[in-house]
Amino acid sequence: MPKIEVNEARCKGCQLCTKACPKQCIEMSDTFSTTGYYPARLAKQDCCIGCGMCFQVCPDIAITVFR
Amino acid sequence: MNAITKRPSALTEAQFHYCPGCGHSVVHRLTAEVIDELNIKDRAVVVAPVGCAVFADKYFDVDSIQGPHGRGPAIATGIKRAKPDSIVFSYQGDGDLASIGMAEIVHAAARGENITVIFINNTIYGMTGGQMAPTTLVGQVATTAPKGRNEKLQGNPINVSEMLAQLKSAKYIERVSSDSAPNIIKAKKAIKKAFQNQIDGLGFSFVEVLSICPTNWGTTPLKGLDFLREKMMAQYPLGVFKDVTAANKEGK
Repeated sequence: MPKIEVNEARCKGCQLCTKACPKQCIEMSDTFSTTGYYPARLAKQDCCIGCGMCFQVCPDIAITVFR
Repeated sequence: MNAITKRPSALTEAQFHYCPGCGHSVVHRLTAEVIDELNIKDRAVVVAPVGCAVFADKYFDVDSIQGPHGRGPAIATGIKRAKPDSIVFSYQGDGDLASIGMAEIVHAAARGENITVIFINNTIYGMTGGQMAPTTLVGQVATTAPKGRNEKLQGNPINVSEMLAQLKSAKYIERVSSDSAPNIIKAKKAIKKAFQNQIDGLGFSFVEVLSICPTNWGTTPLKGLDFLREKMMAQYPLGVFKDVTAANKEGK
């Protein structure tokens, strides 16, 4: 199954990816990252379709898409 | 399973200093991807502006120079004329380009310099703290317009793309947006064309990218997107305002 990986050190918690995801697979973590933001994370397994929309909107290139 | 996305090699590993959600970061990535795809990393030169993108040289792994406020197109002119093989692009915000740098951009376009200009329009001064820019919308609140821009006092915003499109020597003028994945993909196409024009020696190319500035708008990135789509796009419609490059190419 396709998936994304979020680089928590780069994510600034802007939430743009949560709206860009056509399947609403992405949610914000409820714990701080080392940089002091709530980073994005994949909410559920087998949800991601690997479309790469989140990568396109991510300002900090924190998301890597695997397919 | 393979990674289908990667950080472009024309970007350094440095973490962007931009605020969460800032459009600058997206446009940096698009520009770097275009530099990679056109294989021009060894001869690209970025002219960094004064403004939030002043540290562009930290992020683009290409030759760079940082100019005085608004003078990007003049510096790019000098570099391009002295070293015609280099691919020079001036990266500027709206406070830099549309205000103090208005003369430089207009005359670079009027001379038809063979350079590429990337113009980030977020309708406000970012780095200096949210002052009113020439591109600020009527009614939009800024620190120097606390009750909102008043048409009678401060006039109407300047539509730079439409204005430059009037100049005969400007070859390619397009306005794109960084608000959604489809628009970001279109923005990349426009930036790529602007660089390809320079490689082909076709003349002055200008891409305006609408961007959010949640910090200085006093909002969140997601609400900022709504403002961009509803208010900014009404004042700044997307589209190609001038493209005479096809005709020039045939004439070559």
